[in-house]
Amino acid sequence: MQHEMTGAEMVIQALVDQGVEHLFGYPGGAVLPIYDELFKQEKLRHILVRHEQGAVHAAEGYARSSGKVGAVLVTSGPGATNAVTGLTDALMDSIPIVVLTGQVPTHLIGNDAFQECDTVGITRPCTKHNYLVKNVNDLSRVIHEAFYVAANGRPGPVVVDIPKDIQFAKGTYVGPRNIQHKTYRPRLKGDIEKIKQAIELMRHAKRPLFYTGGGVINSGNEASVLLRELVKLTGFPITSTLMGLGAYAAHDPQWIGMLGMHGTYEANLSMHGCDLMICIGARFDDRITGKLDAFSPGSKKIHVDIDPSSINKNVKVDVPIIGDCAHVLEDMIRIWRSISAQPDKKALSQWWKQIDQWRARKSLAYKNSDKIIKPQYAIQRLYELTKDKDTYITTEVGQHQMWAAQFYQFQEPRRWMTSGGLGTMGYGLPAAVGVQMAHPNSLVIDIAGEASVLMTMQEMSTAAQYELPIKIFIINNQYMGMVRQWQELLHGGRYSHSYTEALPDFVKLAEAYHAVGIRCSKPADLDGAIEEMIKVKKPVLFDCVVDPNENCFPMIPSGRPHNEMILGDAGVDPESAITEEGKVMV
Amino acid sequence: MRVKPMSKSEPASATHYPAAKSVERVEHRTLSILVDNEPGVLARVIGLFSGRGYNIDSLTVSETEHEKHLSRITIATQGTPMVIEQIKNQLERLVPVHRVVDLTAGQTAIERELALVKVRGKDNNRVEALRLADAFRARVIDATTLSFVFELTGKPEKIDQFVVLMQPLGLVEVSRTGVCAIARGPEGM
Ligand SMILES: Cc1ncc(C[n+]2csc(CCOP(=O)(O)OP(=O)(O)O)c2C)c(N)n1
Ligand SMILES: [Mg+2]
Repeated sequence: MQHEMTGAEMVIQALVDQGVEHLFGYPGGAVLPIYDELFKQEKLRHILVRHEQGAVHAAEGYARSSGKVGAVLVTSGPGATNAVTGLTDALMDSIPIVVLTGQVPTHLIGNDAFQECDTVGITRPCTKHNYLVKNVNDLSRVIHEAFYVAANGRPGPVVVDIPKDIQFAKGTYVGPRNIQHKTYRPRLKGDIEKIKQAIELMRHAKRPLFYTGGGVINSGNEASVLLRELVKLTGFPITSTLMGLGAYAAHDPQWIGMLGMHGTYEANLSMHGCDLMICIGARFDDRITGKLDAFSPGSKKIHVDIDPSSINKNVKVDVPIIGDCAHVLEDMIRIWRSISAQPDKKALSQWWKQIDQWRARKSLAYKNSDKIIKPQYAIQRLYELTKDKDTYITTEVGQHQMWAAQFYQFQEPRRWMTSGGLGTMGYGLPAAVGVQMAHPNSLVIDIAGEASVLMTMQEMSTAAQYELPIKIFIINNQYMGMVRQWQELLHGGRYSHSYTEALPDFVKLAEAYHAVGIRCSKPADLDGAIEEMIKVKKPVLFDCVVDPNENCFPMIPSGRPHNEMILGDAGVDPESAITEEGKVMV
Repeated sequence: MRVKPMSKSEPASATHYPAAKSVERVEHRTLSILVDNEPGVLARVIGLFSGRGYNIDSLTVSETEHEKHLSRITIATQGTPMVIEQIKNQLERLVPVHRVVDLTAGQTAIERELALVKVRGKDNNRVEALRLADAFRARVIDATTLSFVFELTGKPEKIDQFVVLMQPLGLVEVSRTGVCAIARGPEGM
């Protein structure tokens, strides 16, 4: 397909040809021609956000929950700079989005023109790739290429900066077919020799462990199906990073919980004590490894990743396999089956015995109360009352995020949207807007902190405008709880500026946003209040008033190895839970 | 809630991050990078080095295949073997990068640099400068009654040596291109 049109028309045509149905955006001078074209058509639905950061997070939520590429349109200068946090967030968590930014006319670039900024310069380190289009005849190809780069290989954000004169200029449109990037052709199939080597190690492992991450989710739902199959075939235990939750079903007995700084005792000690680590689509992030020199000292490591730069970055591995998770898992299963491989059953049952002893410590246990709502209890109840529904969870950043990861049991991929790599407060509410757009009939809940949610609260207005019944479940501890926890543990209890005075009245705030406000502060009322929230067909701000002093455990203090974890005092005493054999390992 | 540490080795470090890893040996490497000659490509490469804290000892860049819009960037860098591997992988991840070759791996690459060296002096110093230039096969490309500009190519160490020798003879200034390099043998990158 080739024909003459203006740059602005090309933008719409290219988005439609890329299968985009929803475009999150905010207008301004440098994108007015594109907005004019949006006005004239009905194929693309534009969702007007209230801040460009919200547009990018919404696109992230949309992309992560649907598997499609998220699309954003913002103006030049402040529009572009407001998008930077979202771009960085998407880069860190490998979320495929394309952000179109307006730019001042080409002849003014470099002139400090009104609302000019060096968008490609500013976004170069926070995008997977970016483009400045200086010729209208390049525009459609560049947009198609942007979608290709965003979605293929390790996904990520791509910016296309479009000067206003290019939007007015006429040129030739080319369709998405036959757009293949000159150089960027990520490798999907893993090296079969390496995969065979991995299988050999797996057959003979005595204390094996699957450690999986967001890469499995990004690889598509097929990867989760294959992962489950391989885990069942081998009988090995499995843990995952924050980003990987849901790839494996949390109710399965082989699941040993999340690992890392706030991971379970059994997951972290298994990482420390395993003799074979099978890392699939995770990247040995510092929240996972803790002290590098003491990280899983006795294990051989297999690492499957589509991004070669993730391999041997922090931790040296023995068998690197570069490829897409689903492809590699498929080959692993095929080879395992073809040689009728069997795990070392005797050793494995010993290993499970050990893990079960660690599990018996009940590291997530907390002391409940009938006077005050414990945050963990709130999330447990939320889980129980929503688990049989078609539910998607987003979060903000802080203690509530970690409790959500610990206590909300994810059974399927793409149900869990959180800001992992960047840890962006304010992510969850706009992300929920995006998720609800992609799944209009599902129950979408942002498990929020009262501090985080104020950073992007204005997107409640977006939710109201588009009648998106998102539920903002605020774990209100009146503190920046995670900051307060670090201050308690590491800075002598000097709570410097981590208490929020003059919080808004969230119930009244909800009403101001044409939404519904619910407050609950008694454990006995909680179930009823949650039921009410679920029933409401409008956006809800749920002010769940919880114990302000609760800390999030277990916790590996930074810079410490996995076996120096701090546990809360509600778990089972180590003496009664750990055998002599276990003590050697701990 | 009361806190119960599992072991009592060192006190919890008051930081968010794990300590640096124990030190490994640092190696010098010369990388040749084939890239699309498009706007911003050099900024991407340099930004990657500064953003991730890698070293650039020397950098040269120029278009090498005009019809294909290809440029070749030569970077001399240093780092531990793990860092060098990271540098290569990170470079290859950049969308406009075609290939990255470590010219120093396995064999010695041919490395050359060009320098322009200005020397100002009289009498014996002038004679001595000319004599040394001759020994280094440097050419005189500008001369006044007071000064010479020498053009010299060779390995960086040879240029270093020449510059040191010129110092007492009235060295004014030096301009160097940085290393450009190519692998030995019949194969191209
Ligand atoms: C944009 C941003 N600024 C600062 C931080 C640092 N930070 C991490 S958690 C946190 C406190 C979050 O408080 P709240 O949302 O109430 O969650 P809680 O920990 O209380 O559950 C802060 C300030 C951050 N992650 N993001
Ligand atoms: Mg809080």
